[in-house]
Amino acid sequence: MTPQACFMVVAPLAKGRVAEARELLSRMNVESKPGTADPNNALVPFARFENLHFARFVVLEDPTSDDVAVYGIKRPAPPVYLAFLGDFDGGYDRIIDQFAGQAEHGLRQIFSLCDGFNPNTDLVLWMKAHECRPAAFYCNMPGRTVRQCREEEGLRVALTEHLRRKSGLADASAQEILKELRAFVHAELASGNITLTPAESTPPAWAARQAFDVASVVILVAFGILSLPLWTVPALLLAWRLRQLETSDPEIAPRPAAQWLASLSGLEDHDVTNQFTAMGTIKPGPLRSWTLRTVLWITGLAARLLYSQGRLARVHTIHFARWVYLDGGTRVVFASSYDGSHESYMDDFVNKVAFGLNATFSSGIGYPRTAWLLLKGAKSEQRFKYFQRRHQIPTDVWYNACAGLTNVDLDRNSRLRKGIEKANMSDVEVREWAQLL
Amino acid sequence: MSSASSPVAFEDVQGLVRFAHAKLTRALYLLVRVKDAQLARKWCAGAPVTSAEKTQPPPENALQLAFTAPGLKALGLPDSILAGFSEEFLSGMAGNANRSRRLGDIGASDPAAWTWGRGTQLPHMAAMLFSRDDLESWRRTVETATWNSAFETTARLSTTDLGGVEPFGFTDGVSQPEIDWMRERSDPNEQAEYAKVLALGEFLLGYPNEYGQYTDRPLVDPAADPANELLPAEDQPDLRDFARNGTYLVLRQLEQDVRGFWAFLDRSAQSDPAAREELGAALVGRRRDGRPLLDATGLNDFTYEGDPDGNLCPLGAHIRRANPRTADFPVRPTGLLGRFAMRLGIPTAGFRRDLVASSRLHRILRRGREYGEPLSSENALQSAPPKEGPRGLHFVCLNANIRRQFEFVQDAWLMSTKFNGLTGEGDPLLGNRSSIAGGPPSDGYSIARAGRPPRKLEGLPQFVTVRGGSYFFMPGIRALRYLARGGRDRS
Repeated sequence: MTPQACFMVVAPLAKGRVAEARELLSRMNVESKPGTADPNNALVPFARFENLHFARFVVLEDPTSDDVAVYGIKRPAPPVYLAFLGDFDGGYDRIIDQFAGQAEHGLRQIFSLCDGFNPNTDLVLWMKAHECRPAAFYCNMPGRTVRQCREEEGLRVALTEHLRRKSGLADASAQEILKELRAFVHAELASGNITLTPAESTPPAWAARQAFDVASVVILVAFGILSLPLWTVPALLLAWRLRQLETSDPEIAPRPAAQWLASLSGLEDHDVTNQFTAMGTIKPGPLRSWTLRTVLWITGLAARLLYSQGRLARVHTIHFARWVYLDGGTRVVFASSYDGSHESYMDDFVNKVAFGLNATFSSGIGYPRTAWLLLKGAKSEQRFKYFQRRHQIPTDVWYNACAGLTNVDLDRNSRLRKGIEKANMSDVEVREWAQLL
Repeated sequence: MSSASSPVAFEDVQGLVRFAHAKLTRALYLLVRVKDAQLARKWCAGAPVTSAEKTQPPPENALQLAFTAPGLKALGLPDSILAGFSEEFLSGMAGNANRSRRLGDIGASDPAAWTWGRGTQLPHMAAMLFSRDDLESWRRTVETATWNSAFETTARLSTTDLGGVEPFGFTDGVSQPEIDWMRERSDPNEQAEYAKVLALGEFLLGYPNEYGQYTDRPLVDPAADPANELLPAEDQPDLRDFARNGTYLVLRQLEQDVRGFWAFLDRSAQSDPAAREELGAALVGRRRDGRPLLDATGLNDFTYEGDPDGNLCPLGAHIRRANPRTADFPVRPTGLLGRFAMRLGIPTAGFRRDLVASSRLHRILRRGREYGEPLSSENALQSAPPKEGPRGLHFVCLNANIRRQFEFVQDAWLMSTKFNGLTGEGDPLLGNRSSIAGGPPSDGYSIARAGRPPRKLEGLPQFVTVRGGSYFFMPGIRALRYLARGGRDRS
């Protein structure tokens, strides 16, 4: 299988060039769909990159950065960054080379608004030098490439079309339909009307990473049990300290201004999939900071080992998500692409995975009050919804290679393909498969 | 919270929350704008508004009043109070393009083409008149001389009594949530059962909702209420609750193409009357007499738990989209460990598992009335007489959180082209057949069949067009009096 990964180029915008950057970025978008990239736009023609699932340009300007003042802390205003993010198939070096090769002019124009970028800058080296690795990364279905998504949608369309055209076939038995459709696919493959590229071999680095993850879990659990007497008391003390903080940390969750909400919702629901970018400042003190580091490490591990089959806990709508530290770990950016409307997304957060939201986001200043890290928090439904909208920032440009296809669509299409390719299917399996058509 | 659990003062709640006024079969909705604020307040002060108290004998007429955000402002409600209402109420149903996209109000249903509900046609107040026998004289009672100088009419929405059947010919209004008036529902945790009885706060502001929390609403400094007209806020007793015993009212005029509906079914059924009926039932999810497509003892006593693939009732059937009857877990958890694993999302595999949100957080109380000349399905298949009038539904629903309730049902369930793992189809009755991401239109409909590919209908025309709509606030009666007093007594 071909693993998925992400890149994020982050650089401070030069003083006074924020508005210019937003204006330039907006030129990449479809005029009738604010925030949605034209796949063939002149600056960065995303459609050329056949291994790119999602990409976004976003001006990281945090209107809540003053919140830290509630802790009596004065910090200079953080820089406004320009960020370029993407989720892709295959290797990191390859995609950066591709961008530098096929969108050099546009990228130079965009990055020239950043501090220290000049016409002589080596684009590849500069992008790599400004790369910001995620603290945690989630992919809905590791191994599912853009090519696969497209080919399998092509397969579904061809199958349903054939079923529709060939009279009487839809009313035949599931076994007969499977037989006929297998023959049909065989012929279509031979004539080149559809393609179903076989999965590539798994890169050794990926397999090694999986093995390392499994080993880490085993060793940590074993070590944890063996050293139980050693860490019980410190852990209880830390928990008690965390509980203290939870009861005293101020909540900042007023309803955002109507204008702010409109600036965010104006970018949404132009497709069945939407983008989400949010940022905020971490609560001061080492306990919060290390709690978050631990939680994000576990999140990343769980995403790789446990939630790699189309769901992050109970949530099936997230295509890709990541948490990234900025400014030496004092601030965090969260970015995701998800199916459905923003309210549905938040509905899942509140009703299905509040514990996960609490664990990761309660380290952020102003988060609705939690109890023992996992409880309450997002369960304060309205305050949570205000909090996240307040921390959400407009995504200037967002690209989706497979617009119109949800994770569930992609999953169904893969299941249809498996039915065509799998040698021995039981009668029950064939009947289940037929219902997916 | 226990000390606050006082019973509801029915005399302060408008009757429509508790009753559908089913016996008052004649109804007229007057949508008006304020011409003279002082006279409008004077009229409101004396308006014979019907409360939720039970009377013997039952009333022969009823009046309910509801206001849009511009309406409350026109009547002189200060901005400081107004600002406490929800964002969707303040910006309005037709207030921004994103909302219209989500609600499916695009194309033929675009607010730009509405006969009322935006710009100068945005009503300030809805006066909903109900009568058992004599609507005309009730209207004259309501439309006093003061009324005539106070308001100008935006729209007069007349209604027709079709005897509990909507214009396409199907029994309507069966699935309604029951309200926990006694406030006995107190478990805010996940529930393994589909809930029919819902927290009072889902339908009335000022009370805990299904999360056990008070929905945000305008609270008032006691100094701004010197006459003590408003009740205190239960959760913040130092403040008065302007919205207590009030709720949001959503009104949408949905024009139904009854001829188009039956003509499509007739075409798809090759003019076989029995097959036509069967197909109609497959689209709705109920037969014409209201019986659901899966075995149930009563019309409303069932869930889809035993029909996850839609073999009995199609997954996209109108009533299944409008209320999927889901519990908080994808399947019934067994034991503490089972609950724990399910919360973590284990097992994770399985197509169409856990795709639909929990129903109890997204319910609405429907109070709509039909309009236009009745038309039977047989007559619908004949050619239309010249100059035939429109017919449809004046859809009305009540809820405490428009975004989480009405809008969610509309956007995540009814209009979604991806509901429950389906693709290429919206609600068979309400769908606007819009295209997905520039692709083909969402004008299909699939009827699942056990162990076989679904039967697919294609080219569903748009049967329902939105002609107008607004978000209203239906205040409690004390709040109405407070509103009617205007700025006079306030310092």
